[in-house]
Amino acid sequence: MNKYLLYPGCSMDSSAKAYMESLNEILEPLDLHLEEIEDWNCCGATEYLGINLIPAYSLIARNLALATKQMDGTRTVVAPCSACYLNLAKADYYMQERPTLGAKVNEALAAGGLEYKAGTLDVRHLIDVLVYDVGLDTIRSKVVRPLSGLKVVPYMGCMLPRPDYQHRWSDHEHPTELDDLLRALGADVIDYPLTTECCGGHMTQIGPETAFELIRRLVADADERGAQMMVTVCPMCQMNIDAYQNEANHFFGTNYHMPILFFTQLMGLAFGKEPGDLGIGVELVSARNALANIGVEVPVTQEPAAPRKKDEGLPMPRRWTRHEGKKEAVK
Amino acid sequence: MPQMTDERIRAGLTREEDLSLLHEVSMKTAGVSHLEMCIQCGTCGGSCPVAMDMEHTPRMLFAMLRAGMREEVLRSNTPWLCVSCYHCVVRCPQEVHIADVMYTLKGMAIQAKLYTDSTAPHFSQTFVDMVEAYGRSYEMGLASRHYLRHFPLRLPSMMPMGLGMITKGRMTITPKKIKHLDQLKSILRRAKQLELTS
Amino acid sequence: MSEKKQERVGVYVCHCGTNIAGTVDVVDVAKWAQEKLGPQGVVIAREYKFMCSSLGQELIEKDIKELGLTRVVVAACSPHLHEKTFRTAAKNAGLNPYLVELASIREQVSWVHTDKAVATAKSKAVVSGAVSRVIENRALDEIKVPINPNTLVVGGGIAGIQSALEIANAGFHVYLVEREPSIGGHMAQFDKTFPTLDCSACILTPRMVEAGTHPNITLLTWSEVTNVAGYVGNFHVTIKKKARFVNEELCTGCGICQEKCPKKVIDDVYEAGLGYRKAVYTPFAQAVPNFPVMDKENCTYFIKGTCKACEKFCPTNAIDFTQQDQTLNVDVGNIVLATGYDLFDARRVSNYGYGRLPNVFTSIEFERLSNAAGPTNGNIVMRDGKTTPKSVGIIHCVGSRDKNFNNYCSVICCMQGLKFAHLVHERTGATVYNFYIDMRTAYKAYDEFYQRVLEEGTLFVRGKVAEVTDAARNEREKGKLIIQTEDTLAGKQRRIPVDMVILSSGLQPRHDAKDVGKLFGISCSMDGWFTEKHPKLDPVATMTEGIYIVGCAQGPKDIPSSVAQGAAASARVLDKILQKEIALEPIKASVNQEMCSGCRICNGLCPFNAIAFIEDDKVTEINPALCQGCGTCVAACPAGAISGTGFSNEQIIAQIDGLLLKNLELA
Repeated sequence: MNKYLLYPGCSMDSSAKAYMESLNEILEPLDLHLEEIEDWNCCGATEYLGINLIPAYSLIARNLALATKQMDGTRTVVAPCSACYLNLAKADYYMQERPTLGAKVNEALAAGGLEYKAGTLDVRHLIDVLVYDVGLDTIRSKVVRPLSGLKVVPYMGCMLPRPDYQHRWSDHEHPTELDDLLRALGADVIDYPLTTECCGGHMTQIGPETAFELIRRLVADADERGAQMMVTVCPMCQMNIDAYQNEANHFFGTNYHMPILFFTQLMGLAFGKEPGDLGIGVELVSARNALANIGVEVPVTQEPAAPRKKDEGLPMPRRWTRHEGKKEAVK
Repeated sequence: MPQMTDERIRAGLTREEDLSLLHEVSMKTAGVSHLEMCIQCGTCGGSCPVAMDMEHTPRMLFAMLRAGMREEVLRSNTPWLCVSCYHCVVRCPQEVHIADVMYTLKGMAIQAKLYTDSTAPHFSQTFVDMVEAYGRSYEMGLASRHYLRHFPLRLPSMMPMGLGMITKGRMTITPKKIKHLDQLKSILRRAKQLELTS
Repeated sequence: MSEKKQERVGVYVCHCGTNIAGTVDVVDVAKWAQEKLGPQGVVIAREYKFMCSSLGQELIEKDIKELGLTRVVVAACSPHLHEKTFRTAAKNAGLNPYLVELASIREQVSWVHTDKAVATAKSKAVVSGAVSRVIENRALDEIKVPINPNTLVVGGGIAGIQSALEIANAGFHVYLVEREPSIGGHMAQFDKTFPTLDCSACILTPRMVEAGTHPNITLLTWSEVTNVAGYVGNFHVTIKKKARFVNEELCTGCGICQEKCPKKVIDDVYEAGLGYRKAVYTPFAQAVPNFPVMDKENCTYFIKGTCKACEKFCPTNAIDFTQQDQTLNVDVGNIVLATGYDLFDARRVSNYGYGRLPNVFTSIEFERLSNAAGPTNGNIVMRDGKTTPKSVGIIHCVGSRDKNFNNYCSVICCMQGLKFAHLVHERTGATVYNFYIDMRTAYKAYDEFYQRVLEEGTLFVRGKVAEVTDAARNEREKGKLIIQTEDTLAGKQRRIPVDMVILSSGLQPRHDAKDVGKLFGISCSMDGWFTEKHPKLDPVATMTEGIYIVGCAQGPKDIPSSVAQGAAASARVLDKILQKEIALEPIKASVNQEMCSGCRICNGLCPFNAIAFIEDDKVTEINPALCQGCGTCVAACPAGAISGTGFSNEQIIAQIDGLLLKNLELA
């Protein structure tokens, strides 16, 4: 069994409870054990950092300090929320990069009888663990209901692949981890150039018109490319695209209907779980019609593509691969 | 006192008055900001998804910091529009920690009470109040308090969404609390003292 | 130890203007040396503004003659700069030049410290060390060795060709080695050259032909240097001549084999991946030599065992499938490295979409597109091979001046971007945008070219492009590539839809530059370019005598600078050849065979193969002609049986004692 420490984050039992429910459904087939950090607190999202420095980092670091008490056989903390992941990773990184910050945060933690030595834990996002530890082969092997025929755009969001302090992702701009995972589930993955663009973050709360434009760009491009749904790895992205889509439609006079589900929900479906157990149905932009496409149990067999007329155009350069990137980076 | 690092000397910053504002922002920023290394290329302003609503592009803000235009910088709406998408950060050819500098500028603007629009600072403060009170964020409380104060007219159009969230069990009426709230409060109290003395 | 005869030492402390005197109290150092080091044998200590000036040198010469000095210590700059100067001064005054020591109080003291007291104290210690050491120095005689008049030039681009021609025209033999099937290098791929827009082929091919037919040049293409031994004047070089599978004696270069070969392959090298070649090919029409090579990996016969179309049709029976790689050994006196650059791989800047968005092109792809001999016959078209773009964006600084990629300026990209703007304008009439951070058009007639391109109506936007995307936000952007950037002069973010994007990619060191450096015994800078001996005053020599670097192997540069360097290195080589012999530092290792235990530990360590084991006596011997005095064996010998002249144990121990001021306690 693979054990990890879990930092769920506040939204996992409220706005993103579908994420938590579906995550719980796929743990057993993948032989994963997630142990929740005892008495964890909010990471401060993007709000606390804008008010002050040391309290904000102390708030985050309390979670890291608590996690070290449960490091029985693992030093990996898994966060399913991209914002939580970034905050935890950032605190760990900056406490090392700026030792004075680390010292002050520890002075504050001491007031609560805690301490955290930066670098003790390995902070990772859920999809990182699924793709690189569990592996796509294992995931593929658990698929009993391939998602063939479901046209999806993979939406990674911004805070996951960036700033990427520990160089975990294949690329900052067009990472392929989510694409690869969805392909492993059998879905028809559409190349989505906006995959790491921002959903608007907290702007839905403080500058709705700015946020609506960001939501419109994402939804319009997904629609333009023929997607039946967007797939996300982040509660904030899901919330903004799902809950504010109608308001954005109203604002621009558009009529988009673009459901957005968590990747764990699609994994659950592909693993043969029941939609109701995966939190499917609590989204405000319903995914029902989109999912009707995979209502058929029998996987759609792909017809062999007709031999194409020889392309007279100029050849394209070879596509960039993760492997090549690593090699180049070494220099 | 400003530190005469090699980077600063190479950047031609040798006198204290040149450094004061730039240095202050740099020192208040988490991590090593590299702010003095900006070459004004505009990668940040080009990358920003919300640049269209900003009074100054991030690049202009950095030029203003160099020029010591404290009030203009802290009045700018730019830091408040930053969505922390980190596009500028990974693309910046000089590795300036732009997003973290924006956090610093927000904090400085709040302290100097120089922000022009109170929506964003109030939202942040309300969020932080909730977290300090419960140890967790409290969406219902946050939303109701924030919308009543800043977007009362938006409430009617928000109602279906809010109701949907509640009926689908995605928003709880009562806040969740952590067990050792006292511990968290002591930590934050000490942290705030440290913030003042640093 | 040194009590046998009291040496008379002179100490000379240099101010070097304020370079040293600004940080070190030079007067105090001289005074201290005179007082404290007197018992060591210091009879005079002086300070002077510039010791290296002729007056400074005369001062030393006069003291040697009048005070009967037997040793001299000059506390000044690094020996790299002026050791020779002061040794010559000593020689002029009748003192053996190897009885002079330089104490570096500039590079190792004044330039690295700021505290004057500390720097002065350290200078005293360094001087003290040099005094103790120089007393142990022995008079040595220079070793003269003949210089082999042949030269090896590695790399057949324009810099290497120029270098080879200069030497060959002076009447000496050159081996010109090129890895690719033809010489010509990157310049052979270009259409026009900035700023005069000369046709690249028109000015290059005469030089290529001259190099190919020159009686003094042995052209070895499709070949690589695999080993280098020896030292200046006497290098032994091993060259692998890869099998061409074409008999060069019989081949007439008629081209029928290429015509008949059924296997089409994407040409990644010459056509930059935009065009095709056959499995048997000459990379381009003007290739020198014009014998084709067979690409074994792609040849149907080598893969499947049948085909041989080329062999069937060859009118002179020149195809030879049995050919093997050959190893050649050549002896040369000097080596010029002109190994060039690699183009930055633009796929790494994933926000510019190269490799993902079809109509994003690299600079070298555009060179091929605009070249009349290229895959589109010089028609500037989009990736579909037929549509002419109506608007083109040219992005500068791709991969350069960027800490995420290469930190340095690639020098040529601004002018290259301007050239592209002109060509697009002239050939297509499209609207052209150039996106730049700083416009760098230094050198003769370059800024005038910028003016010309401005006049032609190119639209310049000052801003490093943030991204190129195909995600349209409105109707105007649909179906276009959108260049998103901040127009920093207008202070606004702009999204500019265009049909085609050209990335003015930077230059970077060859992927194997480090290995090549090791092979030839030279070093690379942090960025990976070969390091010159002095960045200003000795830009083509290296720290290894007899090895020169020219063209982009030394750093990014344009064609005129590459040619100038090629010629400059040749002048240095000819200077060496015409001296006929060279004086080598008499610093050699020797084995005290009484003490040698025959353990052979040193045998495999010598980088110059100077160590031989005498089986009969079971002892090791060092060949002084091959020994370079590197000291590896001296340090390795467990019995302490090997010592190096100029670096004897006595000298080193005395210097350490001197540095630690132990000599003062003794006295």
